[in-house]
Parts: sequence; C-alpha cells; structure tokens
Amino acid sequence: MSTTLFLILCLNGLQYGMLLFLIAAGLTLVFGVMGFINLAHGVQYMVGAYLVYAYVQLTGSFIVAVFLSLGTALIFGLLLEFFVFRHLYTRSHLDQVLATFGIIIFLNELAKVVFGPATLSVAPPEFLAGSIQLTETLRYPVYRFATIIAGLAVAAVLYFTISYTRIGMLIRAGATSAEMVSALGVNIQRLFMIVFGVGAMLAGFAGVIAAPIFAIEPGMGDNILIVTFVVIIIGGIGSIGGAFIAALLVGLIDTLGRSFATEILSTLFSPSFANQIGPALASMLIYILMAAILVFRPKGLLPAKGVA
Amino acid sequence: MKKHLKYLTTSLAMSTALGSMALAEDIKIGMVVTLSGPPAALGQQIVDGFQLALDEKDGMLGGQKIELIVEDDELKPDVALLKATSLVERDEVDFVVGTVFSNMLQAIFKPVVQSETFLVSPNAGPSTFAGRNCNPYFFVTSYQNNQNAEISGMIANEEGFESVFTMVPNYQAGRDNIEGFKQTFKGTVTDEVFTPLGHQDFSAELARISTSDADAVFTFMPGGMGVRLVNQFANAGLSENTKFMSVFTTDETTLPGQKDAAVGFLAAGSWAPDLANDANTAFVSAFEAKYGYVPGSYAMQAYDAASLIDSAVAKTGGDLSDKDAVRAALKEADFTSLRGDFSFNNNHYPVQDFHMLNVIKREDGNYQTSFVRTIAEDYPDSFHQDCKM
Repeated sequence: MSTTLFLILCLNGLQYGMLLFLIAAGLTLVFGVMGFINLAHGVQYMVGAYLVYAYVQLTGSFIVAVFLSLGTALIFGLLLEFFVFRHLYTRSHLDQVLATFGIIIFLNELAKVVFGPATLSVAPPEFLAGSIQLTETLRYPVYRFATIIAGLAVAAVLYFTISYTRIGMLIRAGATSAEMVSALGVNIQRLFMIVFGVGAMLAGFAGVIAAPIFAIEPGMGDNILIVTFVVIIIGGIGSIGGAFIAALLVGLIDTLGRSFATEILSTLFSPSFANQIGPALASMLIYILMAAILVFRPKGLLPAKGVA
Repeated sequence: MKKHLKYLTTSLAMSTALGSMALAEDIKIGMVVTLSGPPAALGQQIVDGFQLALDEKDGMLGGQKIELIVEDDELKPDVALLKATSLVERDEVDFVVGTVFSNMLQAIFKPVVQSETFLVSPNAGPSTFAGRNCNPYFFVTSYQNNQNAEISGMIANEEGFESVFTMVPNYQAGRDNIEGFKQTFKGTVTDEVFTPLGHQDFSAELARISTSDADAVFTFMPGGMGVRLVNQFANAGLSENTKFMSVFTTDETTLPGQKDAAVGFLAAGSWAPDLANDANTAFVSAFEAKYGYVPGSYAMQAYDAASLIDSAVAKTGGDLSDKDAVRAALKEADFTSLRGDFSFNNNHYPVQDFHMLNVIKREDGNYQTSFVRTIAEDYPDSFHQDCKM
C-alpha cells in the first residue's frame, strides 16, 4: 500500500464527505431547528439529479442546467413545505415519518413514470472532464476536485450566514425557542419556510453535482438518506459545524475502510476468512462509529446550543 | 331470504362454471418478472420480447389462443412466491415464465413445479437446479449463471491477459461469477474485491486498480452499479492502460447510461443484436420498430421462451393434459432460436455457443454489444452430470 494510494483515497473520502455534508446540512437544520423528521430529504437529492439531467437535455449546457436545477429545487422545496410539511409541524413524529415516507414512494414512482426505470447518466462539463496526472500511475478526475471545492465553498457560505447575519441569528434563536422568537414579532412560519427551502436546495445541489459521478435512477436517494442520518447523529442534531466534521469523518472512514479492512484482516487471519469478513466489516464501520458516539457522546461531536 | 340466497349462489356457481368453460380453449401463461425499482428495465425487456413473439403470431402459440398474465415480483421473494402461487392455484396457468433474478426463482420454484406446472426461466439460471436438484418441470432458455464468467476466463486466456483484477458485489451471484472466472482463467488474479450491493462510489476500488498493474479488470456489476462503475472507470482515465472485461455490466440495458465510456469494452455472452442469422435480424428490427430501444439478451431469451412454448403446443396439438408428452415436446427444442444452435441438456439447461462481444456505437447513435468471435461451441454447464434426468 503506497502513500500515493493513501492520498488518493483521502481525496476520495473528502469528496464523498463533501457530498454527504451538502445533504446533511439541510437535514440537520430541518431536524434540529424545526424538530421535524423529514425522510423525504433523500428524495430531494434524487430530484436534483433528475432535474440536471432534464435541463442538460433541454439546454445542452451543464452550467446553465446547474443554475436552473438549483432554482427549480428551491421552488420545489418551498411548494412541498407549503402543501405538505407545513401541516405536519405540530403533529407527532410518527405522522411526519408516515407522510414523508409517502412522498418518497410517490416521487420514486413519478421519476420512473416520467424518465423510465433505466439508469441515466449526465456527462460532466467539457472543462471539468478529463483527469489530472498526479503520479506516474495515478490519475484523478478534475470533476471530483471541483466537487470538493464546491462543497467547501457552500460550507463557508453557510458558516458565515449562520454565524454573522441576521437571518442566521434568527435561525439559531428559533432553534432554541421558537415561541419566544415568534413572540418578539418574527414571522417564524416564514423563517421555517426559508430554512426548508434552502435545505431542499442544498440536497438538490448535492444531487446535481453527484449526477455526473453516480448514475441517476429512481430510489437513488434512499440509501444516501440513511448515511446522512448517521452523519447528523454523529455531528450533533441541528449543528452545521457538527454536520461538516461528521460528514468528512464518515466519508474518510467509509472510503479508507473499504480499501484497508480486508488487508488489515488478512495480516491477522487467513486470506479467505479476511475476504469473507473484510467487506462486511467495512460497510459496518460508520454504524459502529455512530453506536460509539451514541454511547459516549449522545449529543454528537459538536452539539448545537440549546437544542434538546 | 334463505331461498333467495341459495338461488343466488347456485346461479353464481353456474355463471363461473360457464365463464371458465368459455375460456377452456385458451392456454394461460403466467409471467413473474421484476417490473419495479431500478432493475425494472430488465423485466420490461422480457415482457416486451415475449409480447413481440405473441403479436407476430396474432396472439397465438402453437395455433392456440394465449392469455398472458404478467405479474411484478417487486424483487421481493415473498411477493414473488405469492404471485406465483396465485397464478398456479387461482388462474390455473399452463406455463409459468419467470424470473429475472435467481433469488426470485428460488422462491417460486417449489410451488410451481410441485403443482406440475411447467416453469420456463427466461433469464435466471442458478446452479441450484442444474445439478442434483434438476426438475422435470423446469426449463431454462437463457444460460447457467456460471457459464458467462467461465467464458470470460477463456477470453482472458485468448487475449493474453496475464494478470486480472476481479471485482464483484458481495452476494451469491457475485461470488459465483468470480469462481466461474477462476475456473477457466490460467493467469494470476491480483485482487478479489467485494463491494456492497448497490455500491455508489467506486473511487477507492479504481485507485486500487490503477496501482495494481493488472492487464485487465473482470467484473460483474448488473444495472445501475455497472453504469456508475463504467463511467467512473472512464473518467479516471483507466481505459487507456487497463482492459475492461465483464458479464451483465455493459449490456443493452446499461449502455444508454454508459454511452462512449463503454465503447470497446469486452463482454461474454451467447448472443448479440448483430449476431448474423435471418431470424435474429428480423427480430432486432421488429423489436426496435415496435418499442423504440435496442433489445438485450433478456428480450432475446424471452422471445425464445415464447418460441419454445409455441413449438411444444404445436407438437401436442394443443392438448396440455398429457404432461409427459408436453415435456418431451419441450425437451426437443424444435424451434428457430435467435442464437442459432440451441438444444437442451439432460438437466433442461441450454447447450449453446458462447461468444466474445464488444461494445460499439452504431451509426444511428445508439450503443449495443457486437459479436467478435465464437469462444466455445455447444458449451454445456458444469453441473449437468449431477442431474439424474
């Protein structure tokens, strides 16, 4: 196992972590600030991917398609909030789970009806295609570098917004005590709507940048939703900073684990045993981490202040 | 009131009796395939291929009117079992055609063959029913699962690959394919990598491939996994130095998502859309005209399944009550297969030619697999000697 391979794997882990962060950021805000369980968040990721596919077909330009998709994802999130989620804020968590689960099923089937069941793909834009020669034997796709940078940029903007702007202050205050903020004359309903819309847009953005790397198919958001919940539990519910650290941690552990678990095990056990156990253990690592966090730091790595 | 009820039930009973009498002439075929979730494209190919054969014969097989009942197994064994049982018990079908996936077949196998209904598999060909547990009521028109991987090993030998990196999803079919490949491949296998089923990001595995110095990669990544792997493989720039060999990874169901990334990749199979015989040429052009997409091996195998039933019904003159006669007629496989030579082994799995295929871009902009050369002629599966039939 060479150092270059290790570095490549770290880059991959970083890139996967960025993707997870984009989805987790919205989920953790909606979950932490509004106390609302939104299982349909993963479906927003799928919607983003299908949107960019449709807009690339229409306009022929990836960049134009990205902006159109972001706008549409935002509007879509706001519409969902207006027609469905708004009526569920005061209901029990079970009702929220049922309703948002219904939305998952509905949108997955809708994607199948509109785009067909086959797997689709989008080519990355010309200037981001190709790969960089890192060492003699190793190349790294430019597009993946771009996703890392995009993820970092979004993280920076979010951090600035939450920490230093008025709306960020209101979001933090709303998380601590929604009634108090409301009593001070702030339209909490609208605040929630904004948080929800932006969260949906970020998940959509994750879907957009994932589309050229991963395939687009109905139900693509379901698996990533589970990992995203792991991320926000590890990071601390409602905490953007926690989501960022946890997303990177999960991305790195998952990527490195998959490559090294079998090798490490084969130094201890017979190769055939390691081959059987290694892949299974690698897929379990992030859940083991989550279990450990729940035992030793139940509020997550960087818990948000004031969130119960 | 009681009397009225009695009349009602009698008349109801009579009307149902009449209803089934009117239909007694029709032959019923029940189909159990996967039509939901990401693998739905495979099931759709099977439905379309079978339907095309029916339409070409005016809805008749062997001169008898056919009633086709299509059921979706949702890729859940319990659902498959329920659907198959109701086809056999409620609809009393004469044939069951299914399934796409081997684990679905395992679920429906017992109730169907125990009811002495003929089960024709248009795709799944697990080793389980090829050897000791072969069954007189079970026929396969596709292949035995291990065969394509065994042929891939032979292709690697013929192409002169000395070292091969293997990667499959971590489940039974994945492990079977690696075993099949190693059985015939004479060089060294540098790595055996097992990924989770439905794997998203192959970047870690691709990094390992690029540092492994292997001549080629052998993989089995059906459906969306194949689309992701091939696109990421090409994006990482690995196509230049490493050959890509696969089974069920670059086929007509995944190529619309892989496009140029897959061109030139090698595959093993018993058929390609441009396999040169008259029946096949007619089939491919009729299929594309009717459904607007390129047929894959799934559609071909379903079409052959319909042709097989057609020949058997014709031979028995439409009388399906004598099971031994129907079985003998099926066993003869007296139909024109789109693959050319086709016959059944003692275990009712096909004996057929296998070829090396590669992916090409056609002039009309569509992508398909293309015949390169024949690797093995009349190739039987490795389990038939254990079958006492």
